[in-house]
Amino acid sequence: MTKYILKRILYLFLTLFIIASLTFFLMKMLPGTPFSNQNRMSADQLKIVKAQYGLDQSVGVQYVRYMVGLLHGNLGTSFQFNNEPVTALIGQRLAPSMQIGAQAMIVGTVFGILLGAVAAIRKNTWVDTLATFISILGLSIPSFVLAVLLQFYLAYKWKIYPVALWDNFQSSILPTLALSALPLGTVARFMRTEMVDVMSSDYIELAKSKGNSSWRVVAKHALRNSLIPVVTIIGPMAVSVMTGSMVVENIFSIPGIGEQFVKSITTNDYPTIMGLTIFYSFLLIIVYLIVDILYGLIDPRIRLGNGGKE
Amino acid sequence: MEQIPQIPKEKFKLVHDENNAEQEKISTPSLTYMQDVRRRLFKNKVAVVCLTLLSIIVLISIFAPVIAPHDPNAQQVTLSNLPPKLGNLNIPGMNGYQNMGGKMVDAYKQAGAPKGTSFILGTDYLGRDLLSRIIYGTRLSLVVAVLATLVDLLIGVPYGIVSGWKGGKTDTFMQRIVEIVSSIPNLIVVILMMIVLKPGLTSIVIAIAITGWVTMARLVRAQTFQLKEQEYILAARTLGEPSMKIATKHLIPNLSSTIIIQTMFTIPNAIFFEAFLSFIGIGIPAPNASLGTLLSDGQKAFRFLPYQMWAPAIILSIIMIATNLLGDGLRDAFDPQSSDH
Repeated sequence: MTKYILKRILYLFLTLFIIASLTFFLMKMLPGTPFSNQNRMSADQLKIVKAQYGLDQSVGVQYVRYMVGLLHGNLGTSFQFNNEPVTALIGQRLAPSMQIGAQAMIVGTVFGILLGAVAAIRKNTWVDTLATFISILGLSIPSFVLAVLLQFYLAYKWKIYPVALWDNFQSSILPTLALSALPLGTVARFMRTEMVDVMSSDYIELAKSKGNSSWRVVAKHALRNSLIPVVTIIGPMAVSVMTGSMVVENIFSIPGIGEQFVKSITTNDYPTIMGLTIFYSFLLIIVYLIVDILYGLIDPRIRLGNGGKE
Repeated sequence: MEQIPQIPKEKFKLVHDENNAEQEKISTPSLTYMQDVRRRLFKNKVAVVCLTLLSIIVLISIFAPVIAPHDPNAQQVTLSNLPPKLGNLNIPGMNGYQNMGGKMVDAYKQAGAPKGTSFILGTDYLGRDLLSRIIYGTRLSLVVAVLATLVDLLIGVPYGIVSGWKGGKTDTFMQRIVEIVSSIPNLIVVILMMIVLKPGLTSIVIAIAITGWVTMARLVRAQTFQLKEQEYILAARTLGEPSMKIATKHLIPNLSSTIIIQTMFTIPNAIFFEAFLSFIGIGIPAPNASLGTLLSDGQKAFRFLPYQMWAPAIILSIIMIATNLLGDGLRDAFDPQSSDH
């Protein structure tokens, strides 16, 4: 297991290195300039500004500099947002994103498990049909469509929640709801399939024949054994929640990293785009790693497989 | 002695023989695999409904120039932000009346629209007909989806087959690449590509395809690994068939179910990415409409003109739901064991 974890961590750094290099060179290929009032600057001024950001050196030198900075946890300086270091920018904006993301994951997973379990227990009844329908809706409707609809009804029409504001828990409810639809659908669907399998297995029959109440059988045996595989889909789910949060944060004007990312794209703020790309990738790879390790701990058979993948 | 009556010959019947024939008769025509798949798919009501819905949407987008009542990009600023109106029918919400300061006012009269003008889904902030824009927007979204899926197939399938067929070092190397590509979040790559390339249809297709092929390659590789060990492949090899021919004649037909099912899940994915990119403003450039740009425009004005948001939201959701459900139906049809009903 230790060897496996070490191997994975090695891959983590390799992947991060590739992503960082790729983003760097992609950004260098970009058309246009980050200095919006370039026409009004004289050649000398432009030279000074470029020197300030180290843009006067060759691409190779810039690359080495960036990579060395990255090793020291320095992601460069933003061109647009008050010349702040990118790391500081991310630091300020991490909390709201994390809060919504975590809330959405928890709400989605918990209700998804319940929905899937209920559907499996009441298999082929109207309860099952309804639950399947809900999970298909959650899977299919893009989070930003849901966000727009929630904003219109719950916030604007019925005035239950603020339209676009970020101060207390109240204001995080709508974005959380919009983001939790996808995890809910995914988990519910997965859970149903797993649980249907488990419910028809021999040990459930045995538990039933021993005279356990059906509630006890479900809670003690079926639920527990169906839950293990659900761990595997947490990784991909985290990815989709992060994706969704980029635009959901925009819709609800939440000062998170997703909103920052979209803003940096529209303002050509390369260092921030680069920094956020690397940061997002880092987060995702870590999530995948943790999930794989967790799964390896829960289910020892996985370790014997080829690298925990597939 | 009593005479035994003569029994005519034709009164005798071979009981057993006929019964046997009756029992052994094959009453249903024998079905090929594809016919069987089709039969199972059409038995699934949900899948049939989705297939019909999608066919209608696809047909409408193909014949968009004939069906769309107006030019989707023609601006008539005087007729901007008109609410939906369906001819002269007086259906609430579809009669051209708008709530202005608590009173219902005929917006068409106020804008000075010529008598008889009506826009079924209203107009947007530049006076463009929303219905036509939605028809053309759907068309664009579908084009993106189909192209992205095609590129997916063209890269993913050969990659998976080669990786699975060769095995050994080649496979390990190719799988490392897959691992790295798949560990980079899709959306980040797509966004980066969109920033570097000029916004537009081609860029979106390239950006989506760059990361999209990985899943297909993985599935195809795993399947190829299994197929490789089959006797008929061994027979083909023994007879000296070149690898290329084995791939096209034996592997691809047997991989087709995997490929078709995966394609059905790639399409909604591509539609989602396109809508997402257009929604945040780096997708399809103005003045062209796509479902994402329409939704984004609608969201900006939703307080006063909610109808502008509804139509694209509904169409986008319908397409997503229908493709997902059809994908499920196809999976059940191709592989009856996978369904747990």
